[in-house]
Amino acid sequence: MNKTGIPAISASDLSKNYGERAALSHGSFIVPAGSICGFVGPNGSGKTTTIRMLLGLITPSGGSATVLGESIKHPEKYLPRVGAMIEGPAFYPALSGCENLKVLAELGGFPLSRVDELLAKVGLADRGSSKFKTYSLGMKQRLGIAAALLPNPELLILDEPTNGLDPSGIQEVRGIIKDLANGGTTVFVSSHILSELEMICEYLVMLREGKVIFSGRTQELLSSQKPMIIARPEYEVDLTKLTNTLSEAGYQITIVDGNLHVIAAKEASAEINRLAFDSGITLSSISIVLPTLEETFFEMTGDDR
Amino acid sequence: MIRVVIAELRKLRRPSLLLGTIATVGGLSALFTSIVFLMINSKDGNTKRGESIGPKELSEALGLVYGFKLVGVFLGVVALCIFASQTAQEYSLGTLRNLLVRQPSRMKILAGKFIAMKLFALVMVLFAGALSIAISFALAGRAKVDTTAWGTSAAMHLLFESALNIFIATLCFGTFGAILGLLLRSPISAIAVGVLWNLILENILAALINSTAKWLPGINFANLGEGGNPKLTYKHSITVSLGYLIISGALAAVLFKKRDVAN
Repeated sequence: MNKTGIPAISASDLSKNYGERAALSHGSFIVPAGSICGFVGPNGSGKTTTIRMLLGLITPSGGSATVLGESIKHPEKYLPRVGAMIEGPAFYPALSGCENLKVLAELGGFPLSRVDELLAKVGLADRGSSKFKTYSLGMKQRLGIAAALLPNPELLILDEPTNGLDPSGIQEVRGIIKDLANGGTTVFVSSHILSELEMICEYLVMLREGKVIFSGRTQELLSSQKPMIIARPEYEVDLTKLTNTLSEAGYQITIVDGNLHVIAAKEASAEINRLAFDSGITLSSISIVLPTLEETFFEMTGDDR
Repeated sequence: MIRVVIAELRKLRRPSLLLGTIATVGGLSALFTSIVFLMINSKDGNTKRGESIGPKELSEALGLVYGFKLVGVFLGVVALCIFASQTAQEYSLGTLRNLLVRQPSRMKILAGKFIAMKLFALVMVLFAGALSIAISFALAGRAKVDTTAWGTSAAMHLLFESALNIFIATLCFGTFGAILGLLLRSPISAIAVGVLWNLILENILAALINSTAKWLPGINFANLGEGGNPKLTYKHSITVSLGYLIISGALAAVLFKKRDVAN
């Protein structure tokens, strides 16, 4: 929420049907103002449909939503304050990167001086005069981000912004997003690189098959998952004996590279250590690993790795 | 809406499109005007459908605009292709979503785009006209055509009238192309359907069923460019043309406003 308590995005029972198929079904979530919120879900789960509804590109079949406090029925009231890159960068191939941005700047009534400033910000200052069709995928993506930043947005919506970027490019985008958030911009970002989202997002909205299955703080989601306890006996020959001991105690165990992986509450680590000791087994290591966002994602969405 | 017009003009003035169009209409204008004067005594004819026009007729006020009027229908076809591609490419490139995020009023986008394309068509017609007139003057002496009457007020009136009629016809063809672009959402499909219909199918239809000719859009657009004729009056052509364009334009505009932008 911002100072006025109005969330940047608020959706209530938002739905979109294409014939019999529900692309989004009764989606309700909130993106607090000033936060970085990740938007995750398998392909076809309804992320892009939701983003398009928020931007007034498609009409919802039901429900309602507000963006920056304004109903999505009136996108003209909030879009001048919103920057967006949807489903990858789309520009005119025969125009230069600079000319493409000028088209959008003129359309939105933004000063043309912002174009050079933004090209420099995304690392395209020296290629601004080259035609868009000559750009690499990473450069196209950078131009898309520059276009999204044209209005100096209060809310930035990015759909897969790091697609095609090399590691340093990904790091730069992460830096841009963090800088914007530090300046008070709300960032709503969808990405398949969940480790990236885990690093930068305080909030998450997770979709599966057109339904919102989680909306809230990232930490809240991760801490709700059972951690994994990884134990390693000093001698490999004790692996079977320890497995049997822990199985008899009711633990579910998998063996990975000479380690025992036990899904259990973190308090169980002491008991595991004691059971091993009582069986005459010395553990060379025992650690508690919290599930990553990626593991949680696969767990919650039931998606195949 | 002014902002949309300015943004559209930036796209339209890109060198590949602007120079390509200037070269095409310049080439057509030069070709048709040159044929009139260079083949003035040819037994194969020097104007449309193997007909002939001699030095005597060309020495009248009409001679100033004769070549320009011949190229009129081709300017229309060029406009059809440009309007169709400029409209449909927003869908095929996926750029429509960028435009709508920056200017959510779809009707303003449509109107601004249309005004910019009209201005582009005006430049195209004026350039073709100026080149045709320049070539006419340059070749008149060689064809033994007296240009005295070309400087009279009657010739100026005819020039203005012809330019206006060709511009109106060009806009009709262009609007037809833009409507096809909006409906088909693919530049190649829109151009192919538009050109095939106007240059081939209408002529076949008119040849097979003579009575259909006066009701076909392309034939009426072309007739506007020629200023009408006794068989098909200007008034009839403007009524039929406006009828087609208003009905199909309204349908395309409603679709553009209501249709989800899902690509």
